[in-house]
Amino acid sequence: MLEKALTGDKKYWGWIGFLLLLITVGFGAYLRQYTEGLTMTGLSRDVSWGFYIAQLTYLVGVAASGVMLVMPYYLHDHKAFGKITILGEFMAVAAITMCLLFVLVDLGQPMRMMNMIIHPTPNSVLFWDMVVLNTYMFLNIIIGWNVLQAERKGVHYQAWVKPLIYLSIPFAVSIHTVTAFLYAGLPGRHFWLTAIMAPRFLAGAFCAGPSILLLIVFFLRKFTSFDAGQKAIRSLAVIITYAMILNVFFLLLELFTAFYSQVPGHMHAFTYLFVGLHGGYNMVPVMWASVILAVIVLVLLIPAKFRNNDKILVPALIMLVLSTWLEKGVALVVTGFIPNPLEHVNEYLPTLNELVISVGVYAVGALIVTVLYKIAIDVKAEVGDVAH
Amino acid sequence: MKNDRRHFLKAAGVATIGLAATATAAEAGIADSALELVFGPKGAAPYADAKTATRWGMVVDTRKLNAESMEKLIEACNHAHNIPKLPLRKPHDKFNKDEIKWIWEEEFENAFPGQMNEKLPPKITQNEVLVLCNQCASPACVRVCPTKATFQRADGIVMMDFHRCIGCRFCMAACPYGSRSFNFKDPRKDGAIAETNPEFPTRMKGVVEKCNFCAERLAKGLDPACVEACEHGEMVFGDLNDPESEINKVLRNNYTIQRKPEAGTKPQVYYIV
Ligand code: SF4
Ligand code: SF4
Ligand code: SF4
Repeated sequence: MLEKALTGDKKYWGWIGFLLLLITVGFGAYLRQYTEGLTMTGLSRDVSWGFYIAQLTYLVGVAASGVMLVMPYYLHDHKAFGKITILGEFMAVAAITMCLLFVLVDLGQPMRMMNMIIHPTPNSVLFWDMVVLNTYMFLNIIIGWNVLQAERKGVHYQAWVKPLIYLSIPFAVSIHTVTAFLYAGLPGRHFWLTAIMAPRFLAGAFCAGPSILLLIVFFLRKFTSFDAGQKAIRSLAVIITYAMILNVFFLLLELFTAFYSQVPGHMHAFTYLFVGLHGGYNMVPVMWASVILAVIVLVLLIPAKFRNNDKILVPALIMLVLSTWLEKGVALVVTGFIPNPLEHVNEYLPTLNELVISVGVYAVGALIVTVLYKIAIDVKAEVGDVAH
Repeated sequence: MKNDRRHFLKAAGVATIGLAATATAAEAGIADSALELVFGPKGAAPYADAKTATRWGMVVDTRKLNAESMEKLIEACNHAHNIPKLPLRKPHDKFNKDEIKWIWEEEFENAFPGQMNEKLPPKITQNEVLVLCNQCASPACVRVCPTKATFQRADGIVMMDFHRCIGCRFCMAACPYGSRSFNFKDPRKDGAIAETNPEFPTRMKGVVEKCNFCAERLAKGLDPACVEACEHGEMVFGDLNDPESEINKVLRNNYTIQRKPEAGTKPQVYYIV
């Protein structure tokens, strides 16, 4: 099936070429970082994780969201998702590849990466994160590929794939739970030390991931022969709406606990996020932008009248992705380090080099999505599964 | 890798401490390579006069510290461990992002955030204190490290294997005291280390480091460099499990506090305030 990725029109190749260009530029920036060290980033002794690890966190959510299609389709026999589960699975593959790349570019000694496998350490959450991320990625590659191949041949996929599909459901939940545990089990970081971290991550994932997927579905409907079907789009929009409500609700719970209890450690980080702390204001615009967007999104998504109108739905989804990204893909990781354990406010902003590397990694993800989706859509066109 | 270690060992002149320690460390599940790093190649003759203990600990008497003595103690550590003096990353930076420090000065309220109250006598709150790795008995940094590059010895010392560390910095997120530094750039370049001490390795970029309770000096029967530099007993070092040790006498006769006991890491550095 791979050959399908090698035939395409000018636009397809132009897009591939553009992505390759971004990847090359990103790789060049990475070489600089590799030679000079992480001093090329905005990271410091006090804020020791930043943009890279935040992207890892966000993208784990994107990967996990495939389960929002797989579960209704396979467990509840929600037929409408039949056509697009494959999109969710392939997006998960791209997202996890990006996750692993973001970990890699964040390492001080990337050549020693294998030490995690040579010296496996079960008491480290990072070890488990690596295990579940890789397992989930392989599950999705195997499932997606086999189901698609079966579809192409016009037969039912093989019986042994089914248990893997079921297995992928708890694994989707586990990748985001374990990633939340990276943060939620650290004794000195009040902002992260909260049992609601994993639910917050999952809620964020289940609205942001499907939103990205839905935006792609709209794009495909407009520019290719692939139509996911009105029913699938509507169902997905409902799922997104509920997940977004939960996402905002969980944030409000955090705010209540912090400010009603008045425990200084719990309040500091939120104070820093919303109004700034001791002269540090970098995250204030980020957080407010996220909150304002979230409110607009809820207003646009909750009333069915708005949600069912594609002209409103599409911008709402774009805003949702932006809002959750600002919160989880920027603010959440950085703020855990502020104030630092000695209560100094030492801030962080990513450098240009750091951002260029990140764009390169995103381009790799986009390339994988493009190629895999191209194959999937061509196969579906071949077997006539794309008619309007 | 193996050769690398031996080379470093030669350079560091670190000798082995004795089979007893090796055995206990092995029981504690510490990898051989790490052992060699600390104690020298297996089978080498042990230093007869190595200092040993079952639980090393420290008392910092903040009443005796002043600006001058603190600087001297810090300088002793910096020199003993080839700590680089790195310039600001960008001229307009508000703080030094590349900074490496193992022991440094902090205000009372920063060192003991939960134990500050406005009515404490000024002689306590206005004093700066020295902070360093607490060599926690239940160290969060060891718990999170995915490679065992940071590990705990049987005598309680929390050590770093600079050759194994992948630079993921999970340990920096986990330490509730900000005790760890990361080599954002090559510390050996640009004369950042004024005078290299051949007794201790310099580090490469991309690895984490912190106070090691001078394990390399204990192995040779010496006190930690900062303790040795004390003129008036500002810091007391010894075996917390030995009731007769000097440190236990000091602890019995003085009211001491720890940094953030609520973090549950069981710090082994005590402060007299
Ligand atoms: S002070 Fe920090 S670095 Fe030192 S042992 Fe405790 S947790 Fe680890
Ligand atoms: S930075 Fe090094 S010592 Fe710290 S957790 Fe990662 S591998 Fe372990
Ligand atoms: S005990 Fe040794 S390593 Fe630790 S601060 Fe003192 S001199 Fe430095």
